[in-house]
Amino acid sequence: MSAVVTGIGVVAPNGIGHEAYWSATLAGVSGVGPIERFDASGYRCCLGGEVDDAAIAGVPGRLAAQTDRWTQLGLAGTELALADAGLDPSTVDDYRLAVITASSSGGNEFGQREIERLWAHSPEHVSAYQSIAWFYAATTGQVAIRHGMRGPCGVVVAEQAGGLEALSDARRALDSGAVAVVTGGTEAPLSPYALVCQATSGRLTDAADPADAYRPFAADANGHVPGEGGAMLIVEQAGRAAAPYGTIRGYANTFDPRPGSGRPPSLVRAIRLALQAAHVTSEEIDVVFADAAGVPELDRIESDALRAVFGPHGVPVTAPKTMTGRLYAGGASLDVATALLSLRHQIIPPTIGPAPDPRYELDLVLREPRPATLRNALVLARGYGGFNSAMVLGAAPGNTDGAARSDGPHRTDD
Amino acid sequence: MPEFTVGTLTRIMRECVRDAEVDLSADRIDTSFEELGYDSLAVLEIVARINQELGARLPDEAIETTSTPRQALAVVNDALAERI
Repeated sequence: MSAVVTGIGVVAPNGIGHEAYWSATLAGVSGVGPIERFDASGYRCCLGGEVDDAAIAGVPGRLAAQTDRWTQLGLAGTELALADAGLDPSTVDDYRLAVITASSSGGNEFGQREIERLWAHSPEHVSAYQSIAWFYAATTGQVAIRHGMRGPCGVVVAEQAGGLEALSDARRALDSGAVAVVTGGTEAPLSPYALVCQATSGRLTDAADPADAYRPFAADANGHVPGEGGAMLIVEQAGRAAAPYGTIRGYANTFDPRPGSGRPPSLVRAIRLALQAAHVTSEEIDVVFADAAGVPELDRIESDALRAVFGPHGVPVTAPKTMTGRLYAGGASLDVATALLSLRHQIIPPTIGPAPDPRYELDLVLREPRPATLRNALVLARGYGGFNSAMVLGAAPGNTDGAARSDGPHRTDD
Repeated sequence: MPEFTVGTLTRIMRECVRDAEVDLSADRIDTSFEELGYDSLAVLEIVARINQELGARLPDEAIETTSTPRQALAVVNDALAERI
């Protein structure tokens, strides 16, 4: 059984809807700037990738009253994705429609507001909706209720890796009888409370100028910029949609050994297991969408893993998330959307920022998009705390037919 | 003593659920909150807001037996009358 992605709903700092997002991404247009949702000037990290409020203007007031911004972004992304897939949920048996999303930190902004009410006033002033709005599963629940989806529902909490895990679970839901799954994820981590929580990771940039911030693989990488938004995706069994974006071919995840154990990090194992699961060799991977932590130690681990599997400069690598910041649960979901658009259009979107440290021996697609024959894309995602995820996506049949060559000569064998 | 009117209830409900369409006209005031589209959390939210506005605390048992806007108005006005 083949799981295909048939609809993409992007709500990103540099574009709403996949058309706007894709043209911005190819053009290297960044959505990162000083945080404007609140006065962040006193915070160590004051940059963010913010989504235009127009993205959530269509969320009905009644739903807005009981949801955090993160869920509203998910609801908006779902509408876009369903329309893009040409899927009307009312035409499908409720019990065969599933919703499986990723969430990394839940309803931060809503929660902060209610905690402020608690301390400033009294418990009676705390909204009854706090009970559901903060909770990781809120987006899944609200999407399921809104569209009458009563099949398997769930949420994955694995920081940035969750977006890939959710897709893997979506594929499993198809195996157990679901006809279509709303999946992917969003995040809204740009509130004072959320920013303070993230600061404890020590991985946020302290750069004040977007040009100096989030420089994955650069010798002077200084941490990442947080961003909000993500992508919702419609996953279905192959057959209904005439022109799916691509196929979920294989997935694997690993968990890093505890710090100080002396055992090696396990990202490389996740990559190898994902290739195995997808039944593809490293030669058949034509582009890698990197996790791109932007922290020297983590960048080194990732480039070591890529070198081990693909050889030095062995595969084109890109990190379009340099234009959005890291979106946590929304990040890997958006990377999947970007990889699928890349497979459809047979072009690799660029990474913006400085050239990589030559010691990493990376073929980083920098500043300009690169046309290429793209059969399969590998998406990598790591979540704070030791999560490693790798997913292989395959081009839809026909997408590579018109390309000049069927075998990319651009790579070094494993 | 000021009476708690349908107008006040409408305003509070509009604020609670951010829905300008809240309509408690004569033909709907005896319809249950559930049928009007307010689930149990929405009712809790409305009650909390009424308590804040009136500086009151509506008795839980009265709320549990309240299912329509007209009944809610009665519960609130009874509570206000008892305060005098």
